[in-house]
Amino acid sequence: MGVVVIVAAVLFGAGGLCAVYRIIRGPSVLDRVIASDVLVATVICALGAEMAINRHVDTLPVLLVLALFAVLGSLAVGRFLGGKEHS
Amino acid sequence: MSAVIGDVVTAVLVLSAALMCLAAGVGLLRFPDVLSRLHAATKPQIFGLIAVTVDVAVNNFTLGTVTLSVAIVAFQALTAPMAAHLIARVAHDTDRFRPELLVVDELGRANRRGDRGA
Amino acid sequence: MTTRAERRAALLNQLPLWLGLVLLWMLLWGSFSWLNLLTGALLAALVSVVFYLPAVQLSGRISPAGALAFLLRLFGDIVRASVQVAWLALRPLRRPAGPDSAIIAVPLRTRSDLILTWTAVATSIVPGSIVIDTDRVSSTLYLHVLNVRTHAQIDRFRVSVLATERRIVRAFGSREDLERLALGDAVAAVAAATGAVAGDARAASARNDDDRDRRNLDDTGKET
Repeated sequence: MGVVVIVAAVLFGAGGLCAVYRIIRGPSVLDRVIASDVLVATVICALGAEMAINRHVDTLPVLLVLALFAVLGSLAVGRFLGGKEHS
Repeated sequence: MSAVIGDVVTAVLVLSAALMCLAAGVGLLRFPDVLSRLHAATKPQIFGLIAVTVDVAVNNFTLGTVTLSVAIVAFQALTAPMAAHLIARVAHDTDRFRPELLVVDELGRANRRGDRGA
Repeated sequence: MTTRAERRAALLNQLPLWLGLVLLWMLLWGSFSWLNLLTGALLAALVSVVFYLPAVQLSGRISPAGALAFLLRLFGDIVRASVQVAWLALRPLRRPAGPDSAIIAVPLRTRSDLILTWTAVATSIVPGSIVIDTDRVSSTLYLHVLNVRTHAQIDRFRVSVLATERRIVRAFGSREDLERLALGDAVAAVAAATGAVAGDARAASARNDDDRDRRNLDDTGKET
């Protein structure tokens, strides 16, 4: 189980770092928004994985709140950037 | 015995979730434009999230846990397409994509013809 | 002026949505107690009065078997296509040059907002496609599809979206939508029969759902 924890941590960490890189470098705002979404989703998955390995359910409400509100960032940026008007 | 099986199942599910998250991150780096990065960004995690929450729900099989897990997956599955759609529309409308990567662009064609019944 | 009967019908139409809100409230608390039921009922009523939205026209028909088939297939699609996109991202080779994605229009047969929305969400959470825009008047979805290179692949994808629509209509669609599907099939069958005279090899192939969807597509293509 120890090996699994280390491998999973490395994979999650690498995924998160890729997202951070894209947030810093991303050529456009949209790239950054997408990357921050990925970062949140990675955090959600990692929190869930920690629960699964340590056999507890304490952070389940946190997951719910993140799953509900993670979308607000992209919604706000999407509305703000606009584009053509859609009636 | 069943504890061993439980551990193996947990290990497999957690590792596949981690792999999906890694794929999302790498996809962000490797895919060429905003629209294709959106694919990498929004989708693999849904599978990862399902894997992880199923494991949590099975290991702690109470009504509260199962309903919360269902709610989490449902919300993620409903909100992720919303965000992706909004970003994709903005990207297309403001020409932040690379047309040379497209085989066809039937939305652009329809917009140019002006026959969208909007 | 709305009559009393009309108002009652409108309330009855909203009842499933209200029940859904109550259920959601109890899901969030994770316990099914009378206190939760009561507070949930009050809050659901308050929310639907304060945050008023235009009423959704429910179809009033649900087929449990159809819904189950739809959900199972959806889950299978999510898993299969997640692995596919993950492989695209992680494969060791460089991405081959040239165009490898497409933005396509898929004209659906339904005229119901509800079915249109369901189909849009269902095709969106399946990796490989994202809804960019929709056209309510003609029930057309505009999708960005990843990893397609030829027009044959694009057509195959269009057919799979139409098959998703078919499963959703079978699960939740109204009678009118079912008739629309049947009408589309009939028109397609006639077209296929005339096509067979002309020596269309495809018309002779098996009459499964996908095949019917493909011919429907050809028809809509001819109309426009």
